[in-house]
Amino acid sequence: MRRLTLVRRIAARPSIVFEAMTTTEGVAAWWGPEDVPIVSAEIDARVGGAYRIRFRTLDGREHEASGEYLELEPPRRIVMSYRYSLGGEPEEEGRTSRVEIDLAPIAGGTELTFNHAELASEVSEKSHAWGWGGAFDKLVRHFATEEPT
Amino acid sequence: MVNYRRQDLDRVFATLADPTRRAILARLAQEESLSISALAKPFSIKLPAVMKHLDVLGAAGLIERSKHGRTVDVRLSPAPLRGATEWLRRYERFWSPALDRLAAHAERKEAAARAAEAKARSR
Repeated sequence: MRRLTLVRRIAARPSIVFEAMTTTEGVAAWWGPEDVPIVSAEIDARVGGAYRIRFRTLDGREHEASGEYLELEPPRRIVMSYRYSLGGEPEEEGRTSRVEIDLAPIAGGTELTFNHAELASEVSEKSHAWGWGGAFDKLVRHFATEEPT
Repeated sequence: MVNYRRQDLDRVFATLADPTRRAILARLAQEESLSISALAKPFSIKLPAVMKHLDVLGAAGLIERSKHGRTVDVRLSPAPLRGATEWLRRYERFWSPALDRLAAHAERKEAAARAAEAKARSR
């Protein structure tokens, strides 16, 4: 299973971080590619509610991230489905992926763990069950540091 | 960057799910090229079983085989692995700066909340 994990330690209490991730004003302040203004953000932060965030890059193309909230446990956990389209064309062949955010209180703030994973297809489910082991990680690191030829 | 199709990526990930095949690739990552018999030596399985794994690896485009006289040399073909890591890199480029901005935004909000709380206490 392909999964990206990022961790940030933030000098703000979990409830403030949670609010920044689940309100229109909060999301407008940080979401999206660097230096790309948000055109609109619609956020219905309740389980089953949808979000839709649109940006426009300098080349005039419109990007859209959208999905539904699958779990909301203020101020600890957010799980949402995730789709991305660029210029009206869905990315990843229109597949939906999954974003999980966990907020743990730490001294002086919050530790945020961000996971973006593919939804389990049959293949990735199997390979996950078999376990990747350290060899795969090493291989991937090995090639990730190489410049493409 | 070459665009790898979804089916190709699924095949690469499925191929890598087998520990023997991962071990073969890990070994090839260290050596320029190896003959099939040298490659099979550390494994407790028979040569035909190793050949089967090499067929799977070859079908996924992860190895190349070349015949030199009576021996077949095997070498790593890393391009499909790059395709498999590209998904991760693409999302990291997207999310990492965004989470930095989230942190900065939340920290400004925290500072404002603390200032408001201090003011309320001093009243």
